[in-house]
Amino acid sequence: MTTGSTEKVNGARALIKCLEEEGVDTIFGYPGGQIIPFYNEIYDSNLRHILVRHEQAAAHAADGYARATGKTGVCVSTSGPGATNLVTGIATAYMDSVPIVALTGQVPTFLIGNDAFQEADITGITQPITKHNYLIQDAKELPRIVKEAFHIASTGRPGPVLIDLPKDVQNAEIDFYYPDKVELRGYKPTYKGNTQQIKRAAEEIANSCMPIIYAGGGVISSNASAELVELAETINAPVTTTLLGIGAIPTEHPLHVGMLGMHGTKYANYAIQESDLIIAVGARFDDRVTGKLESFAPNARVIHIDVDPAEISKNVKVQIPIVGDAKQVLKSLNKYIRCCNSEAWIEKIDHWKKEYPLNYRQVSPDVIMPQFVIEQISEACRDAIIVTEVGQHQMWAAQFFKYKKPRTFITSGGLGTMGYGFPAAIGAKVGKPDKTVINIAGDGSFQMNSQELATAVQNDIPVVSVILNNGYLGMVRQWQELFYDRRYSHTYIKGSVDFVKLAEAYGALGLRAEKPSEVRPAIEEAVRSGRPAVVEVIVECEANVYPMVPAGAAINEILDIEEHADTPCAMPDLRKVKVDGVLDLEEQ
Amino acid sequence: MKHTLAVLVENKSGVLSRVASLFSRRGYNIDSLAVGVTEDPEISRMTIVVQGDDQVLEQVTKQLNKLVDVIKVSDIGVDDAVERELALIKVSADVTARAEIIQIANIFRARIVDVSPKSVTVEVTGDEGKIDAIEKLLRQFGIKEMVRTGKIALVRGSKKV
Repeated sequence: MTTGSTEKVNGARALIKCLEEEGVDTIFGYPGGQIIPFYNEIYDSNLRHILVRHEQAAAHAADGYARATGKTGVCVSTSGPGATNLVTGIATAYMDSVPIVALTGQVPTFLIGNDAFQEADITGITQPITKHNYLIQDAKELPRIVKEAFHIASTGRPGPVLIDLPKDVQNAEIDFYYPDKVELRGYKPTYKGNTQQIKRAAEEIANSCMPIIYAGGGVISSNASAELVELAETINAPVTTTLLGIGAIPTEHPLHVGMLGMHGTKYANYAIQESDLIIAVGARFDDRVTGKLESFAPNARVIHIDVDPAEISKNVKVQIPIVGDAKQVLKSLNKYIRCCNSEAWIEKIDHWKKEYPLNYRQVSPDVIMPQFVIEQISEACRDAIIVTEVGQHQMWAAQFFKYKKPRTFITSGGLGTMGYGFPAAIGAKVGKPDKTVINIAGDGSFQMNSQELATAVQNDIPVVSVILNNGYLGMVRQWQELFYDRRYSHTYIKGSVDFVKLAEAYGALGLRAEKPSEVRPAIEEAVRSGRPAVVEVIVECEANVYPMVPAGAAINEILDIEEHADTPCAMPDLRKVKVDGVLDLEEQ
Repeated sequence: MKHTLAVLVENKSGVLSRVASLFSRRGYNIDSLAVGVTEDPEISRMTIVVQGDDQVLEQVTKQLNKLVDVIKVSDIGVDDAVERELALIKVSADVTARAEIIQIANIFRARIVDVSPKSVTVEVTGDEGKIDAIEKLLRQFGIKEMVRTGKIALVRGSKKV
């Protein structure tokens, strides 16, 4: 089956035409020897190519672009080291079910297996971290494979697909035609839920007095927020979200109980533990959510709606599995449900909300508390897309920003990739140029991809990075404080760089806030500037993320600030802090 | 518990490695794996014997189904399937032992496929138990080398997987 007439082109040109057919207008990449033919064709095309400074950033940017827009992100690199540099980004997208297509150059087919210069078996390497991958052996297969790749990446449970393109395949002449449809007998995702199961679920809901809706990233990726909120409001049930489910329901919705799990709210964890029915939608009962599995929600029956059948009953035994797309299943479920008898339950939860609110203690009036910074961002940039790196700041961003819409919180949840946030923010801003995009970062994470300041400046992508600088790899330091007797082994990183000068060196705007009163103006100035900007905020260095469920504990065994008071800390304890074996005397 | 899975896959390069790496990545143990092309040259059939309880089997099946190149996965029950394995066993055999080995082979309806002054090679087909039994009997003569194909299986009757 063909569209239009055929035309003689080389493989590289054919690839451009395929991307155009797929509606791709932007790609993120970095050239190299084995991908030059494709870059030669990009030169004449209408594709917007964002040149990054490290291939890892190309993968994260494609991922951020995909999460912000819902479209499939595309990244490209050369063979060998270029391809292996994509690996962390691909794994990140795989763990969080993000649709991206990664294009890699490869040595010519006749050299494959010869340990040629810049050869790496990237399809072998990425096999466990892609939804599917291809090594194109014959240029004639290229259009079909690209069509399949975009189809696989974006349908069912989304995920990354990699296409390896040997140089001779890029150069070979073919008669180009783009297939209308894909024929994959081994790949047929289920979208429509089984009606019998949906009716059973509705019955189960009607019989429940203490239901809770547990919403994950699947709600965001299937654009099912409206249906989810309708379900919650109709049956009057609280909604807790996973890290990736944030934005599925507005933070300030009265039925929202916040995130659950290790750093979830106390009331979300209490609610799921006491519930008699869990309605899981597009979530996978990750260990950071369930805590100790044997004591997770002991009295609850479980309805699990997921597009991926392999997620059902993987960790938690499910009574009513419904395989299907979250949006479609919720739509039909909403037809059968009626209000259940949950007033007393909601009252109880509201009581917990009042008794155990998210909180932090201002250790002294001059110190900037990191949670305060997030609150300031939340007030100053209400409709922003928030992207994060990984660590304490990520959890505070999840807890203290008031989200209003889906696709406005972008973070590496499953893999927990430090260095993700900044390039992902660049991708999100490219996809949503009219939105303010804020990358909330830590001083550790930001340095993992800070070279992308050059990308933001060169391509004029005004992303604001707010770095919560506490001089530590804070999350690991917190674990060391709580579980390793405050032995801060190699988590002290203060003085690693002057972030303001770093930003300026790249031609970006650099600002610093050292007092609470300086935070809001600095953030506002950075956003107003319309330039790539870094706001370095010097925050309390030993603040901890609370509530916290220790690893391996049941999720209602929660540490909170009351039990574990933050010790005021103006400077680290020098008896315990070593920098490369030498005491950091400047701190005295 | 042992389960026998019949897995229909696209007959393409790389598929075997996808299936094998899935087992190692998810921590499932393969007892045996046999693969060959089917009546349709575009489809290969893998027969995989896997250890595990029902929950493991459910996960294995679901994870296999997630592979794009996997077309169908069926659990073939023990009772309603014909199961066969083939083994070649090279046994140390001088002139005195040869007759006894041939006798054992006959009892098992095995065949002698190669003879040399110091060895006899026996070809035997059957289910796992039968092959284990002949192996045990031949061991007394000294098994120099042995190779087994792994189990293959077809459902009885006109039904297909």
